[in-house]
Amino acid sequence: MGQTLSVRKLEAWYGPNKTLKGINMEIEANHVTAIIGPSGCGKSTFVRCINRMHETLPGTKVIGEIILDGESIYDQDPVALRKTVGMVFQKPNPFPSMSIFENVVAGVRLNGQRNKQNLQAIAERSLRMAALWDEVKDRLNYSGISLSGGQQQRLCIARALAVEPAVLLMDEPASALDPIATTHIEELIRQLRDNYTILIVTHNMQQAARIADSTAFFLNGELVEHGATSEIFTNPKDKRTEDYITGRFG
Amino acid sequence: MSKKRRFKTSLGDQFLRLVTFLMAFSVLVLMAWMGWQMFDAARPSIHTFGFGFITSRVWDPVKEQFGALPFIYGTLMTSLLALLLAAPIGLGVAIFLNEMAESKFRAVIGFLVEMLAAIPSVVYGLWGIFVLAPWLRETVEPGLAKWLGFVPLFQGTPVGFGMLAGGLILAMMILPTIAAISREVMASVPNMQREAALALGATKWEMIKVAVLPYAKTGIMGGIMLGLGRALGETMAVTMVIGNRPDILPSLFAPAYSMAAVIANEFTEATYDLYLSALVEVGFILFGITLVLNFLARLLVWSVARGPKGGNLV
Repeated sequence: MGQTLSVRKLEAWYGPNKTLKGINMEIEANHVTAIIGPSGCGKSTFVRCINRMHETLPGTKVIGEIILDGESIYDQDPVALRKTVGMVFQKPNPFPSMSIFENVVAGVRLNGQRNKQNLQAIAERSLRMAALWDEVKDRLNYSGISLSGGQQQRLCIARALAVEPAVLLMDEPASALDPIATTHIEELIRQLRDNYTILIVTHNMQQAARIADSTAFFLNGELVEHGATSEIFTNPKDKRTEDYITGRFG
Repeated sequence: MSKKRRFKTSLGDQFLRLVTFLMAFSVLVLMAWMGWQMFDAARPSIHTFGFGFITSRVWDPVKEQFGALPFIYGTLMTSLLALLLAAPIGLGVAIFLNEMAESKFRAVIGFLVEMLAAIPSVVYGLWGIFVLAPWLRETVEPGLAKWLGFVPLFQGTPVGFGMLAGGLILAMMILPTIAAISREVMASVPNMQREAALALGATKWEMIKVAVLPYAKTGIMGGIMLGLGRALGETMAVTMVIGNRPDILPSLFAPAYSMAAVIANEFTEATYDLYLSALVEVGFILFGITLVLNFLARLLVWSVARGPKGGNLV
């Protein structure tokens, strides 16, 4: 099941640049939350803070608080946190030296699961959830990079789901894909909503409108507006949100 | 209707193609020519001793008996020893510099490691004579004999100058090669591979194991191969510490000899034609071993790089 996230006064730096300037945001469980905004508004940094990936880069700094299911993520071991908060990246990044099967179970293996039958069951379940099973079930021992771009991205989603996270972060997961592959990914996100807290960064506003229950608009490192997707797109409260969604900038 | 379309290439490009082809071809010619010359000069020795040259352990210029086995053994053993020591350490250095060290630290240590490769081998040899060999004789070899003396490799009188000293000095000399190349290759692993592993809840070591090393393994093996090539042919430093005794003894402490060392030592003393010819044949065998080992290593790299179906890494 998904878990709620509560972000308080989150500030983040990338070198001398302050990319997040005090974000307060509540993120509901079993809900798809889209984060929109122009390039450089801090939306990627924001999701990368939630699994503490931002800190892994040199010269970065974070202050503020993120509460996951009642507990501060900064009180947790980042390695353990990332098993609860999974992530899918902009470009598909399967491990090229591993087969499809090995890619899916890579995270589970790190957790110490060695039993062959369990691994097979996990791989099938995860690939089914990622709507990829039927396409790859006969060639699980082929390389992960033998798949098309859209299939690779679904493989990466299966790999993230195999670890059974509660939260799934997606950083523009369809931006490198063609329209048909994008449709697959969007359908998949809708199906996953019931069991996960999904946070998706997108620069595609139609995509946010199609899949998100709520939408947050970021601008220059600040959260301008956050509300139900229909509200944001039909009746934005802030002038800047309106300008952005009507295409006046960004 | 199929008609082959040809783009007209400019005269300049055609000329460039010809010139670069000749340059590439000249390397092949040079190698074949060298091989032939050595074979030709070694002919008297090949005729006299036949296959026995490779299998005989007697090297006695006074009785005109020549067998190269002790040198082949010495070269292969010292190189193997050097690889066993330098490959894991070089890899460790590369992992530290690339994945662990802070960036200011990284540049300094990286530079120092690469400096090691620039030290002339005769300097390594001198250091081996005055520092390494006495240290081995007085501390390391008695210690090894005491704790691991049940293994034949670590039995016998501690001499200092011998197989162990040769292997160690070679290990030091090929370490920077292996470290520098491994580091270069690891630096080329895309960061998104590291992030993929970290996002799954990998620790740093798990990330290296899952994302960095598999991606870089072909290049790392290439670096080890280059190190092996250097170890096989290294002459000066090994000659100075290996003990120069044409014998095959089980102990690593005992003096030994290598192919490159015997050529360097005895070439000026080769007073008659068969002696000279035998030395050239040793060189010919070294040439052949280097080629064959490099070829085998290349095969190994290919088979490892192939990975799962449909995804070739090279």
